[in-house]
Amino acid sequence: MKFIQIKNCYKVYKNGVAAVADLTLDIDKGEFVFVIGASGSGKSTLIKMLYREEKPTKGDVLIGGINVGKLRNGTVFKLRRKLGIVFQDFKLLPKLTVYENVAFALECMGLKNSEIRPKVIKALEHVGLKDKIRSFPNELSGGEQQRVCIARAIVNEPKLLICDEPTGNLDPKTSKGIMEVLETINKDLGTTIIMATHDKDIVNRMKKRVIVLDSGVLAEDHMKGSYKASESV
Amino acid sequence: MKVFRIISRSIRDSFKSIFRNFSLSMASVICTTITLILVAIAIILTINVNNVTKTLEQELTIVVYVKRDTSDERVKEIEKAIGKIDNVKETVYKSKEEWKVEMKNYSDILNTTLDYLSTNPLLDSFVITVDDVNDLAPTAKEIRKLQDIESANYGEGMVEEIISVFSVVKNATFGMVIALVIVTAFLISNTIKLTIFSRRSEIEIMRLVGSSNIAIKLPFIFEGFLLGVIGSFIPIIITIYGYIIAYEKFSTTSALSIVELVKPIPFVFWTSLALLVIGAVVGMFGSARAVRKYLKI
Repeated sequence: MKFIQIKNCYKVYKNGVAAVADLTLDIDKGEFVFVIGASGSGKSTLIKMLYREEKPTKGDVLIGGINVGKLRNGTVFKLRRKLGIVFQDFKLLPKLTVYENVAFALECMGLKNSEIRPKVIKALEHVGLKDKIRSFPNELSGGEQQRVCIARAIVNEPKLLICDEPTGNLDPKTSKGIMEVLETINKDLGTTIIMATHDKDIVNRMKKRVIVLDSGVLAEDHMKGSYKASESV
Repeated sequence: MKVFRIISRSIRDSFKSIFRNFSLSMASVICTTITLILVAIAIILTINVNNVTKTLEQELTIVVYVKRDTSDERVKEIEKAIGKIDNVKETVYKSKEEWKVEMKNYSDILNTTLDYLSTNPLLDSFVITVDDVNDLAPTAKEIRKLQDIESANYGEGMVEEIISVFSVVKNATFGMVIALVIVTAFLISNTIKLTIFSRRSEIEIMRLVGSSNIAIKLPFIFEGFLLGVIGSFIPIIITIYGYIIAYEKFSTTSALSIVELVKPIPFVFWTSLALLVIGAVVGMFGSARAVRKYLKI
């Protein structure tokens, strides 16, 4: 069975906007997938449906056999603990240090401090920020903040990492560094990564599977795809 | 064990959060302090008004005169019969001789008049206190039914008016306390809502990294509890010292001696406890109510 199965999925918002229409998609364990498309193409909606911030109006979204769309609000946290999510705007808690931000996800799960510490240090080592554990987010550069966000996302060793335009706010050099971190996580930990992006250079350079959405419909799906010149950015 | 860890971390986080969001915490504390001072004033007023009315109510009695020439045995029987009537709390016998002495002491004219008379024109009597002053009239009626009773009076007309005024005053002050507690609850809850509104992104992040709703709520609930408790400190100090000073002023000012205040101890401690509990409970529920809004997915 495929790790992620999206079957005939529709999403229509309350205001009548159809963000995703009849989307069917399978993703294997350990894959690195780019989701690209113009603004309003349904990328973010697809990403949000994966971590159950949005429910599909029709159809199913299955992750590891669990129908995410059917989860009750009170049990969504159990799904989120098995996922890692990286955001464009980092979403770090400004009043917590780097260490506290990363440890936070594990504290929510009720882990012992003695279990939390090595995991946090390991995650921060992965993203190359071990020496910044006592800094606060506003003392870090954008790239460093995104690394903290990635460390927080991988600290509980998720099988799936969902990235919503993680390089959207970063310069090309910093973006490259972030992508190297993500690629290492994908290779070393075998984590499945789904990343929505606008960044043409990254997609072209990485030669990974590319899913193109257009007006909520699956337009193209290439195993070693690239950002075509015709795609609007 | 997991549950204990989550609870202890929530307590730790609530302390941290109070200091890290210091200005917002201060806003909540000041709001709680001001409203609790009002509540303290209302409680003190209500309890004292009740105390005064109760004292005055105790002064309301039925005076029963026994017919002239009733034998001593019969007077004792009457006393027993009165004691058996519902609502009668206490029956105090006062003989006509005692009345005579009292009246003679009261004024010189009465003294001369009573000395001039060869016989005692006064009657033996009972002064009756009752359990419920609202039932003075039916109790007096019941007493009048007994044999050898000359009269049973309680100040008809005026007493009814006094009692109705008392009940209006009591209800009004009680209503004031309830209204103030509700206003306090809303004020504190809304202030906490404002502070939580500014931290909605924090709640969103908690949700996204997999915090359960209860784990998100707990630190805020503890924080509300702490802010409520801290906010009640100044009102408690004002209550204790303010009331003791007011009590001493009242008891030493002769013009105000008819109004007897409730003794400060243990009254101030009970009032302080009430303020502490109101602050803590309103803080907790205010926080829980405010967070709930941001937990809906």
